[in-house]
Amino acid sequence: MRKNLNVIAAYCIMMGLIILVGIFQSWNIALSIFNLCLISAVMTMGANIQWGYAGLINFGIMGYTALGGLAAVLISVDPVQEAWSKGGFDILMSLFLIIIMVFVVRYILKKYKKSKIRTYSIASIIILGIIIIRFTAEPGIEAIEAVNPAKTGFLGGLGLPIIFSWIVGALFAGVLAFIIGKVALGLRADYLAIATLLISEIVIAIIKHEDWLTRGVKNVIGLKRPAPYEVNLQQTDWFINLVEKFNLSKLNLISDLSERQAALNQFVIEGSSVFVKLCYSGLFLVIVITLLILTQKALYSPWGRMMRAIRDNEEAANAMGKNVVKQHLLIFVLGSAIVGIAGAMLVTQDGLFTPGSYRPMRYTFLIWVMVIVGGSGNNFGAILGGFVVWFLWIEAAPIGLYLVNLTTAGLDNSHFLKVHLIESVPYFRFLMMGIGLLLIMRYRPKGILPEKIEIK
Amino acid sequence: MDFVNAIILLLNYIFVPALAYGSQLALGAIFVTLIYGILRFANFATGDMMSFGTMVTILFTWYFQSLGISLGFLPTALLAIPFAIIFMASYMLLIDKFVFKYYRVNKSPPVQLAMVSIGVMFVTQAVVRIIIGPSDRRFFDGEKFLIKAGEFKEMTGLNEGLAIKSTQVITIIVTMILVSVLFWFLNKTRTGKSMRAYSDNEDLALLSGIDPKKIVMITWIIAGILATIGGALYGLDKSFKPFTYFNNMLPIFAAAIVGGIGNPFGAFLGGYVIAFSEILLTYAYKKFFMYVLPESMEPEGLVQLLSTDYKFAVSFSILVIVLLYRPSGIFKGKIL
Repeated sequence: MRKNLNVIAAYCIMMGLIILVGIFQSWNIALSIFNLCLISAVMTMGANIQWGYAGLINFGIMGYTALGGLAAVLISVDPVQEAWSKGGFDILMSLFLIIIMVFVVRYILKKYKKSKIRTYSIASIIILGIIIIRFTAEPGIEAIEAVNPAKTGFLGGLGLPIIFSWIVGALFAGVLAFIIGKVALGLRADYLAIATLLISEIVIAIIKHEDWLTRGVKNVIGLKRPAPYEVNLQQTDWFINLVEKFNLSKLNLISDLSERQAALNQFVIEGSSVFVKLCYSGLFLVIVITLLILTQKALYSPWGRMMRAIRDNEEAANAMGKNVVKQHLLIFVLGSAIVGIAGAMLVTQDGLFTPGSYRPMRYTFLIWVMVIVGGSGNNFGAILGGFVVWFLWIEAAPIGLYLVNLTTAGLDNSHFLKVHLIESVPYFRFLMMGIGLLLIMRYRPKGILPEKIEIK
Repeated sequence: MDFVNAIILLLNYIFVPALAYGSQLALGAIFVTLIYGILRFANFATGDMMSFGTMVTILFTWYFQSLGISLGFLPTALLAIPFAIIFMASYMLLIDKFVFKYYRVNKSPPVQLAMVSIGVMFVTQAVVRIIIGPSDRRFFDGEKFLIKAGEFKEMTGLNEGLAIKSTQVITIIVTMILVSVLFWFLNKTRTGKSMRAYSDNEDLALLSGIDPKKIVMITWIIAGILATIGGALYGLDKSFKPFTYFNNMLPIFAAAIVGGIGNPFGAFLGGYVIAFSEILLTYAYKKFFMYVLPESMEPEGLVQLLSTDYKFAVSFSILVIVLLYRPSGIFKGKIL
């Protein structure tokens, strides 16, 4: 208990801050911050597994997040029958061709020894395959995109409940990580960082521009929800009664009946969105706690010890007979899969998929700031990092505004400097993140909650 | 005649733009490579440092414009660049003193320095956006075209016009001068040689009496020059927008690695490799084939290998292929 005091204290302060936002701003804002904190925490846990456990740098978080989102769309949207009948065959055909191509290349790799001829023949097979696939897919893609382009224009999904996409998102991200890992894991740390960053950009480019898959930059909106809709809630009796019970003391102050009804309606409307957010919080909490238990168990298992050994001295671990390459690949896939879950959760919460919004600043670098600030190698630290950094990211604008007003208090309200500074308040969040990261890296390089391994 | 038309077409749409874009990338790539070779980390703040330099150039340009100073047909920004370089170099040295020095002295692993550079990236980005705002800015003045498409058509009587923007010519000329001076400096002067020695083997260089402080300082100053000029040329040619500059970091990294990271000459050529492959692979060749082939063989589609949406993806794919087959780059890296 004594040992964990700093962890408990840090989390209490964090929850206190969120509750303060609830009291002073609104519970709606507090809960939406809390939900995104939870999602960020899942992402940081994924990155932390790779960086903290194994020392692998992965700057491709954005790509896995987007794949998670893609899974949410492909699982939950109802299939567009017309598009399937018009272009489905072509798409399936090209998918089949891709699989054949992969197998042919694998066969050649296995069958023949490394030589120039082999390299050239593989290259020519890939180029030829891409050309053939383009010719097969093109008419199909055109037909699909022509089907009611304002509303659909894509194949749609499976029409299943969106919750399943959390698993599928993990699967997608894991498969991508497997491919990237096979290709890039042998690289040096900073090369790996650059390579993963660029590959994630390629993933985003594909998602953005392949309209037949997810409508590209036209976005998919109105995804199904695992939680009830506000409009429905506002008409259910038990919910209205619940809200009435909660706000009884306030309502009793109003004597006029019609006024009382109006106030109650207001409370119901506010309450409904809070309730929906609470539902999400509950779902997300389940995921975060499950992942936390699993990752903690893994950290203290023989496997976790092995990973730390590999991280701290790769050669020694190799000499002890641990398969470093395989373990790196495994942890790369696991971490990325967790990020994929977070991506699906994010889209589930927003109810829309906007490929244009995936930017490395928000989905890669910010997550890394969270990992570093929270404490790499420590799961509690990673989660805390997600909370602290996201909280600051959102609350930076109000804090910045306050600071600007404080420092320029002596200036006239129409003074050009003051106006300019107030206009640029949103960018203070970058400044805060940067300075925060630099300070932490300098004075507390292991993060707020440093890694602590107890040997039992 | 058709053949000449086809050549002009390619020159107009592929060669000239790619040469200008490649020069801009090359300057950034040399910047990345110098930092990597001498300070030994991947600088993720590259794009934002370039945007900082450009911002200072723009501010000076505005100041000169308000004073009524101009260079006639040349853009005023050329006059502003030297002042911006002084400002930028001191910014770089300031960052080094307060941020990077600590880790260098402590011999931190390169990964940690790369993380620190992400912190610098955030701060620089914030400073740029707070000072000049995130919107698109054009600061070009003076003569826009060296050769206009219409004039060219009249002059030669060809069907295809060749338009050359003055910014493209300025970009190419300035890049050539800058790069030649830089290579002369690295290969012929004492300081340049000691920089190369330091990059090649730090311990040996220290043993032979090379002052690391001086090397680091000069590296940051050169980096400041490259960042300012590269950024300003890009801004003159296209436009200045902080977000675009941040994104440009990615092809710049690709260029540096393709050329062999740590090797300035490789980075220089890498810039052109990336630029040409981006444009060659995403250009629609329909018109070209219409000129070259007989009428019966004219292509139906656009004859485009990849849609322009995948412009960035092309350079990254090249990078991935290079990393797989030749991780040290086309021109062996790490020699400087």
